Amino acid sequence: MLYHPTVARLTQRAVLGRRRALILLLLPALLIVIAIVVRALVGADDEVTAGVLGGFALATMVPLIGVIAGTGAIGPEIDDSSIVYLLAKPVPRPTIILTKLTVAIGITAAFSAVPTLIAGFILGGNGSRLAVAYALAAAVGSVAYAAFFLMLGTISRHAVVFGLVYALVWEALLGSLVEGVQTLSIQQWSLAVGERIGQGGHLVSEVALPVATVLLAVVTVGTTWFAAQRLRSLTLAGEE
Amino acid sequence: MTTIRIDSVSRWFGNVVAVNDVTMAIGPGVTGLLGPNGAGKSTLINMMAGFLAPSTGAVTLDGVRIWRNEQVYKHIGLVPEREAMYDFLTGREFVRANAELHGLGRAAAQKALATVEMEYAQNRRIGTYSKGMRQRVKMASALVHEPDVLLLDEPFNGMDPRQRMHLMDLLRSMGAAGRTVLFSSHILEEVEQLAAHIEVVVAGRHAASGDFRKIRRLMTDRPHHYAVRSSDDRALASALIADPSTAGLELDQRDGILHVQAVDFARFTALLPRVARDHGIRLYEVSPSDESLESVFSYLVAA
Repeated sequence: MLYHPTVARLTQRAVLGRRRALILLLLPALLIVIAIVVRALVGADDEVTAGVLGGFALATMVPLIGVIAGTGAIGPEIDDSSIVYLLAKPVPRPTIILTKLTVAIGITAAFSAVPTLIAGFILGGNGSRLAVAYALAAAVGSVAYAAFFLMLGTISRHAVVFGLVYALVWEALLGSLVEGVQTLSIQQWSLAVGERIGQGGHLVSEVALPVATVLLAVVTVGTTWFAAQRLRSLTLAGEE
Repeated sequence: MTTIRIDSVSRWFGNVVAVNDVTMAIGPGVTGLLGPNGAGKSTLINMMAGFLAPSTGAVTLDGVRIWRNEQVYKHIGLVPEREAMYDFLTGREFVRANAELHGLGRAAAQKALATVEMEYAQNRRIGTYSKGMRQRVKMASALVHEPDVLLLDEPFNGMDPRQRMHLMDLLRSMGAAGRTVLFSSHILEEVEQLAAHIEVVVAGRHAASGDFRKIRRLMTDRPHHYAVRSSDDRALASALIADPSTAGLELDQRDGILHVQAVDFARFTALLPRVARDHGIRLYEVSPSDESLESVFSYLVAA
């Protein structure tokens, strides 16, 4: 069994709890607003579309949504140890991780890939297939980000901080300054997938598609495996 | 599946030894795990519940290793000490989710809620519950699959007397039905009221094991210290030291207090008033000076 509906239900309600849902809605709403304003001011322009979708949607929104959904799917439960109620059950721990991963991917994609697609259509009506290309990149990125940040959630109480550091410092800052860093960036791997679809040379990745595909798979599978191992050995220290 | 065996188990965290070479078997009936705070009770329960690996030794349920074996949860119910639960769920949703994770449904959940008398508040969010109500919902979540073994970490904390009595009745009836019930407590009276069998841990060591009368006797037979004020401390002192139940005396002349160390509790408590009467000495004050639980327990370790 790879999926447990009860675990999924609990995870979904935890991640989409009131405050978190607001934060999750904030960035997509901002993206849509930007798209509407830009379209009204500049009209349909592939280069501007690529700038907004690549610069904001893919580079900022997807990883941030991924941090919130990925760490939120397990971090708080481990933090306050309420996860005991899930773990003290005859349910294989890998099942729990895979279920939580599925929910985290679903939420990340719903709050990032879908708005990216909508914003793409608003910006340029899918000229040069940019809307679909970036939405696909966002969807692919959602999988790897969710898996990576879910693992962080099983490792550290400060998973959100580490997640933000990865997304903002490693990918965004160092990625734009240091060349090699881009090879190890989920964002660039996702772009490589989108590059196949987008036309007009607006969407370019620093990583070749075969390499990107392999790295995406390795990161997703590897982090998920590691998270399951962490959960199998989860320890509650006496707090006396 | 009914007996948890802890075999030569130690557990340390860095340089701190939390549990030191403990061997015990917990079988059917109600067992109290007694010890002062910080003695290693939670560490032991976490190991029995599969949430902590022993550093050395083995923790098993009828011969089956508990650590990293989620199948044991078919037979174990755990009531953790921590308060944290899924506060955004209602009590009913929470217990229902616990039942589903055991492959059970609505009926099991409702039965467990009825057992802990929480049906009246089952549609309220757990976040709004009092500590005692949370404790009962935790209990219901551990009972949904009617486990053979029930582990409870400080279950009476935060309960009012009525809830406490109700939970005690429940645990008693489970023990009488042949289930293995283990609960930890740092309060002697709680353990005494409920458990026929007691395991005492102090500072990570297994200090005593047996029925509560034996433990009680061990506790009362230890040297007792009393502070006595009387009309003639010196005369009282000389009369007391003549009897073998008194092991030592110290006369604090400045504060007018006679410190007595008695070895035979029963004999000394009968002796003191008799001696006072026979010598025409008035007793103003007799108070035990080392009744703290820690001193009681630390004596047990030495015994």
